[in-house]
Amino acid sequence: MLTVTLILLPLALSLIILLLKEQRAIRQFALAGAVVEFGISVVAFIGYKYSGQYNLFYSADWLTGLGVSLKFGMEGISLLLVMLTTFLAPIIILASFNHSYSRPSAFFSLILFMEMAMIGVFTASDGLMFYIFWELALIPAYFICAVWGGNDRIRITFKFFIYTFTGSLFMLLALIYLYFKTPLPHSFDFQWLYAVSLNPAEQIWIFLAFFIAFAIKIPVFPFHTWQPDTYTGTPAAGSMLLAGIMLKMGIYGMIRWMIPICHDAMQQWGGIVLILAITGIVYASLIAVRQSDMKRLMAYSSIAHVGLIAAGVLTMTTYAMQGAVIQMVSHGINIVGLFIVIDLIEQRTGTRTISDLGGIALKAPRLALFFMVILLGSVALPLTNGFVGEFLLLLGIFEYSAIFAAVAGLTIIFSAVYMLWMFQRTMLGKSNAKTENIRDLNRIEMATLIPLVILIFWIGLFPGIFLDMALPDVQQILFFVFDIP
Amino acid sequence: MKIILILIPLLPFLGFLILGLGFSSIPRKATSYIGAGTILISFILSLFIFLNFHNSAISPPHYLATSLPQYFATSPPHYLFSWISIGQLQIPFSFLIDPLSLLMMLMVTGVSFIIHVYSIGYMKDDPGYNRFFSYMNLFVFFMLLLVMGANYPIMFIGWEGVGLCSYLLIGFWFKNHDYNNAAKKAFIMNRIGDLGFLLGMFLIFTTFNSLDFREIFARAKLMEPGNPILITITLLLFMGAVGKSAQIPLYTWLPDAMAGPTPVSALIHAATMVTAGVYMIARSNILYVLSPLTMEIMGVTALATALFAASIAVLQNDIKKILAYSTISQLGYMFLGLSAGAFTGAMFHLTTHAFFKALLFLAAGSVIHALGGAQDIRKMGGLRSRLPKTYWTFLIATIAIAGIPPLSGFFSKDEILLHLFEHNVTWWILAFAGSALTAFYMFRLLYLTFFRNFRGSDQQKHHLHESPAVMTIPLIILAVLAALGGLLNIPAVFGGGSWLTGFLAPVFADAVALSVPPATVSHATEWLLMATTLTGCLVMVFWAWRRYVKQAKGLLPDDAKRSLVVQLVSKKYYIDELYDFLFVKPALWLSRFLHQVVELRFIDRIVNGVGQVVVWTGNTVRYVQTGNVGFYMFIMILGIILILFFNILI
Amino acid sequence: MTNLTTIPIHYYLIFCSVLFSIGVFGVLIKRNVLVILMSIELMINSINLLLAAFSTYTNDPAGQIFVFFIMVVAAAEVAIGLAIVVLIYRTTHSIDINILNKLKW
Repeated sequence: MLTVTLILLPLALSLIILLLKEQRAIRQFALAGAVVEFGISVVAFIGYKYSGQYNLFYSADWLTGLGVSLKFGMEGISLLLVMLTTFLAPIIILASFNHSYSRPSAFFSLILFMEMAMIGVFTASDGLMFYIFWELALIPAYFICAVWGGNDRIRITFKFFIYTFTGSLFMLLALIYLYFKTPLPHSFDFQWLYAVSLNPAEQIWIFLAFFIAFAIKIPVFPFHTWQPDTYTGTPAAGSMLLAGIMLKMGIYGMIRWMIPICHDAMQQWGGIVLILAITGIVYASLIAVRQSDMKRLMAYSSIAHVGLIAAGVLTMTTYAMQGAVIQMVSHGINIVGLFIVIDLIEQRTGTRTISDLGGIALKAPRLALFFMVILLGSVALPLTNGFVGEFLLLLGIFEYSAIFAAVAGLTIIFSAVYMLWMFQRTMLGKSNAKTENIRDLNRIEMATLIPLVILIFWIGLFPGIFLDMALPDVQQILFFVFDIP
Repeated sequence: MKIILILIPLLPFLGFLILGLGFSSIPRKATSYIGAGTILISFILSLFIFLNFHNSAISPPHYLATSLPQYFATSPPHYLFSWISIGQLQIPFSFLIDPLSLLMMLMVTGVSFIIHVYSIGYMKDDPGYNRFFSYMNLFVFFMLLLVMGANYPIMFIGWEGVGLCSYLLIGFWFKNHDYNNAAKKAFIMNRIGDLGFLLGMFLIFTTFNSLDFREIFARAKLMEPGNPILITITLLLFMGAVGKSAQIPLYTWLPDAMAGPTPVSALIHAATMVTAGVYMIARSNILYVLSPLTMEIMGVTALATALFAASIAVLQNDIKKILAYSTISQLGYMFLGLSAGAFTGAMFHLTTHAFFKALLFLAAGSVIHALGGAQDIRKMGGLRSRLPKTYWTFLIATIAIAGIPPLSGFFSKDEILLHLFEHNVTWWILAFAGSALTAFYMFRLLYLTFFRNFRGSDQQKHHLHESPAVMTIPLIILAVLAALGGLLNIPAVFGGGSWLTGFLAPVFADAVALSVPPATVSHATEWLLMATTLTGCLVMVFWAWRRYVKQAKGLLPDDAKRSLVVQLVSKKYYIDELYDFLFVKPALWLSRFLHQVVELRFIDRIVNGVGQVVVWTGNTVRYVQTGNVGFYMFIMILGIILILFFNILI
Repeated sequence: MTNLTTIPIHYYLIFCSVLFSIGVFGVLIKRNVLVILMSIELMINSINLLLAAFSTYTNDPAGQIFVFFIMVVAAAEVAIGLAIVVLIYRTTHSIDINILNKLKW
């Protein structure tokens, strides 16, 4: 029931909030709701015990004739990602407080709706439900971007929508094909889908269909071109939702659906897509170096970082998978933190262009400090969350191929280059007309950033809790690959 | 015992937290006490452990009736908590306390404390006083993690952490973008090395299934020498050391790092952090002994670095840059010692170098302080009488680094040279040349700074003053250490007991047992070698005196016409420009190319192209919708007929 | 009643096909909406005739019942069709279908 509550509560909140009129009430209601949601997920977290079966399982018949049922449950990885979602949602809501968006009830309603959809994706254990929530998550993202976005938002959102939607249609095709391969009466239940045996040619097609869907969402090079535009075009909360949580849907899909179903094809062809992912790391890192818009720089850095995660998942080694799980959480935290900082800078100075900024650390040392800490997490400095993930990912990739690891490892150099350069050009140096009178963080802003910073160090110092939680799940998924019962 | 061990790194960290989070709300006096006090306590605790340890080492605890090497090999690391643990990958947060780490702990905390005290005076008027001490404390924390870690990942935490502090402190005066660039350069070059370290760790793990020092070395011991995997591992780790310890080709960040405040240069870029590479290789001694190829490569790199950096130092005019190149060169000597299997010698030199190089930097800081920030030695001179304490301490350090007995540098350098002679005579000759060069450039620095008449502005002359006691007392303490540091390891030829060799022996026991014992040289040869090096140094000291004091040369301005060779050397062989041309520019160009051409004109155009094809198709085909009902019906009937026709056909 | 079957079935088939084709051509060629409606009626009636004929030949009354249904539907269709024609005429003062080409592209 807990799982269903987690899905239904944000939905209910998002509907109720539409009735509210006053901006203040809307904000507080949204925040309180999201915090309660987080509280519920913490209850789930505390009560979690690995059982080998889906935990906190809920099942109800829906379209029995079609073999579609409402099945939701949480395994280690799902639970971690649900935690990430419920943790980030209040922070994203809080970070939107200092914007006065038009039609605030619709705005916060969409955020909560999106939270619902993403939790649905992470908990669905039925193929069709997974697909439905997957697409549901796209709708609020589309509206947030299209209604409250910046210049050129219509073209950007259109591209974003069509691109990701096209990708998910491939996934739907694959799911339907698998559905008809299940024994009569057909079913979309994920256990049934896992059990489908496919000949090599079918495996390849299914693999390609899944890969395209997930690769666009993640995004893996060269399917990434929707991302930089979308990040720059959406309001801050939109980019946080997209980069912080929505990208993880793709990686989660890879882990939960692609590996168990088409691991044979992956073992055969995974190397080629792995090369794509690793090329993407270097490619995006190099491009990030010369970006002038901070958000766009973040977009490319995000492509590089999630490229590494995708590469790790594609190697199908325990360490890399564990690293991928940890890094999904870490990346969510770091990128949201960075977007918040960028948003704060943009509000104060009215610009995101790096060359227009400088010397912010003089007047706003707290802002600079938080920026530095989150940035260090992002460049994977040991004792921050980024390191644990990247260490495990690179170790896993190294087990797969030392050369791949060496190339993928370039990311630790490049990320230092572009991140530090950005930090230097915005925070350090002499202040100019725009940054001269910049205000330091106030209490609400500190309250937004402090939880992130705490988690950065918590995961960096004691990743054990998170690793232990994901391990049985990862092992079970890898059992499918290596046919160990 | 364990609580003490935890406190040693934790105290500086707490200091960092208090100072860092308190921003400027903490009064300066409290800052000084917290900053230096935490380090002092750490030092005292380290000393306490050392004394306990030393006693127990001399007479092993009664429950351990084993020999010393076995005692060290079996005493478990001090386990704190499990950091990363997945199946076979077990990385506990644990500390390894053995003679090697103890030596480093003492050196790091001791020298840090002295430099912290000095900084109280040096940074007195700086607005970022709290920030400075918080960074410095953080540095000590990470450096202690580096030397105390019981496995490679913990060492790596410290390794990257000190890099971060180095970044923060080089760019301490962050209003100046030149300084920021220097800081960024240091961090990135270190990261290049770190990638090697990281890959080395991965290979170690896949080979030995462990990252713990003890377990790795116990398993590596059984492998045959020259195993290609071992060679790869050692080369990758050496890549890390090259970055951190500023060897060719990753050395160019260190001279730039002099942008930081002088105490930073003394602590991080002379005494402690840059020697981390030496420590790491000394720690992995068994792996290196079993990889002769790596040892050769390391030797060649180190020798080249030692000579190259020394030659650059001869023509530099910035007091701190000279010292920076001298540091690079001396680090080269340490690696040279390592490559010849003189692990103790390298560690010995590391220790004495920490004393005299820290002293040199602090004394240089005192000079810079007195001159109000000027660093060009052509604008100095005659400071001997005005800054007597600084002068005398600087003199002691110079004699020490030049390798003139009986000061510490002589003993440590001599030990390395002796091993080199046993190892390879050609290398010895080159190293000898380098050491003569060292004597020359160091005395050039001394003479230009302190001798003859003052050449600075009148205003500077008016303000010339000896530094306050809080700065000179650290100088004097370090001077004593630099002078007497040699006592740590007086070789048998002087009738000494080689204490350090004995102390570190358990750490290097396996490596010594595995390496081919070099042909030992007689005492007579040893005397001869010493006499040769000493003569060489003294000749150079005299030549420097003649040139810079008697003839008063070396004061040419930067744009003076000079011979091509001199021009080349004084411009640091244009290595920075070369790197810029070879790596930075192409990378930036590639970045622009990928973005402008591949990304926007190719990939994105394909994506948009797909959309455009759809739009174009729609645009074209819509003209079929003429709006003429008759036409629609005609098409419909045509369709029906076609369907019927095909049905019949099939 | 028996003499109905004396005419072979293909006579009906050919006759109905000709009727139907005349209807089709009327729809395609004529521009007057009324004539087009009449042509459509013609097509429907040819089908009705065929249905009735087959119904007799196979002794299955279902075909004739269908005819009644179709006649009802056709009547309704004509009613609506004529109503539309009247409306078109009111707005355009013409019942030429070629001027009804606004719904295009």
